[in-house]
Amino acid sequence: MTVLTFVAAGIALLPLIAVLSYVLIQGAGRLGPAVFTELPPPPLVKGGGFGNAFIGTLLTVGIASLFSVPFGIMAAVYLSEFARETKIASVIDFLTNVLSGVPSIVIGVFAYGIVVLTTGTYSVLAGGVALAVLMLPTIVRTAAEAMESVSNDIRQASVGLGATDFQTVSRVVLPAAAPSIVTGVMLAVARAAGETAPLIFTALFSQFWINWSQNGLLQPTATLSVLVFNFAIVPYKNQQQLAWSGSLVLVAFVLITSVISRLVVRRKSR
Amino acid sequence: MQGTDSQVAIQRQASVSSTVNVVFIRSTLVLAVGLGVLLFSIAALVAYQAGPAIGKFGLNFIFSTTWNPVENLYGAWPHIYGTLVSSAIALIIAVPIGIAVALFLSEDFLPSRVQQPLAFLIELLAAIPSVVYGLWAIFVLIPLMTPMGNWLYANLGWIPLFSTPPRGPGMYVAGVVLSIMILPIIAAISRDALISVSPDLRQAAVGLGATRWETIFKVMLPAASSGIVGGIMLALGRALGETMAATMVIGNSNNISSSLFAPGSTIASLLANQFAEAGGLQVSALMYAALILFGLTLLVNIFAELLVRRVRQV
Repeated sequence: MTVLTFVAAGIALLPLIAVLSYVLIQGAGRLGPAVFTELPPPPLVKGGGFGNAFIGTLLTVGIASLFSVPFGIMAAVYLSEFARETKIASVIDFLTNVLSGVPSIVIGVFAYGIVVLTTGTYSVLAGGVALAVLMLPTIVRTAAEAMESVSNDIRQASVGLGATDFQTVSRVVLPAAAPSIVTGVMLAVARAAGETAPLIFTALFSQFWINWSQNGLLQPTATLSVLVFNFAIVPYKNQQQLAWSGSLVLVAFVLITSVISRLVVRRKSR
Repeated sequence: MQGTDSQVAIQRQASVSSTVNVVFIRSTLVLAVGLGVLLFSIAALVAYQAGPAIGKFGLNFIFSTTWNPVENLYGAWPHIYGTLVSSAIALIIAVPIGIAVALFLSEDFLPSRVQQPLAFLIELLAAIPSVVYGLWAIFVLIPLMTPMGNWLYANLGWIPLFSTPPRGPGMYVAGVVLSIMILPIIAAISRDALISVSPDLRQAAVGLGATRWETIFKVMLPAASSGIVGGIMLALGRALGETMAATMVIGNSNNISSSLFAPGSTIASLLANQFAEAGGLQVSALMYAALILFGLTLLVNIFAELLVRRVRQV
């Protein structure tokens, strides 16, 4: 029996090692400054990169953060500071957890209905809205947890000096919880950067740079994750290699943020 | 004179800061409630957009197997079937391994200095983007699994489950990829549940002369069962809705086959494949399919959340 559990742990780690090593081996070859500055190559043409997709990912995730970070942190302030242990907080907490379980493709359908159908075009903005909804539960949960772990003494000290709730939260609680909140936001950002399903029919895809002189954020854009998807299922070697390199960038981003967040949490608990 | 001036200033400042304060508290309340409103508006919007298809096909949509954009006839059964079967395969593989991993990481087989990095590594599995799993599955897992499939087909082909020759993508590959993706959820939540079992129970069992494995099977697992089941349900919710990895390896066929090697489809892969090119009633039919998927995962997730919650409160 004991041997069986060791075997199970080995089986569980096998795919992790296999995925990481393959992404590293296949992806590292093409990686260089050029992949971040050039456009995707047509089939069978050497060179090229995923510059437009990289910028597209930064833009969609940036817009998503712009919506979800303030929204999430404010909601978390209510849950952890003003309504802790109340019925309403527990209901909202429950709904937030349920929201985090909604399949990302359904959230894509929502963003399609709310942005694409309204504006009449697939766009950076639609992708950003979809990712924002996906990021929200993570941000709320990590921010609320971070604030709840702030010692009550300093809140009482602040209130004792005559500070209002707003002053206490903005000058005392939030700064104290900031490192954990920032790592929570980074985890959400890393997640969102790798999300693909809700982007394939909101941000769609584009072979070109974003044309800033017209339409701005209301035009389709490539993103790294959708590029990986599109180029994984084509028969052309050069594009497949780019898919591996794109995966490597995404995975590296996820790994780095996970390790950093782990270190921050550990330093806090010491 | 000066004294009253500064008093007025202080009063003004106080009233401004109290207004700021009230606005602040109210807006945090509004945004917190907004989280719940968001969930309901997702449901409402998807249901509203699905309206025309619901009106035209009614409940027949669920059991009909045609999907014909040319004649505007839609039914989702092959996709619902594929969603359920691929998730079932994933659970069959991931549940025993996940629980074993949870035991491995909660019992004292290893010093905690080794346990914690291992737990972290398994959590990393959950953080890798699903499109990367899909890419890996296309180029590594399928070539690896096809010979095994061929062997099963050649030797056990008379069993309906193995009755077609494997041609690369198929239901079984999707099931395996999904099992890799949900394993960390089962392992992490089961581990939490096992760790939160009161040490008194274990000591009592050991005191009665039970061996380690008797303690685990007769005391630890039953005591942690509601948390473990909750974790399995959360994993099921994830498997039902997982899109990219499944879309990339399931084969995307509208047919239902008893064979695991045959290509299939899931609701999520249907949406991923068709949404960008759909128009008119097809969009509405896809929204209807999304609504079914939403309802399915919602039920599973609410049940899971209630079970997991009970564990956390103990």
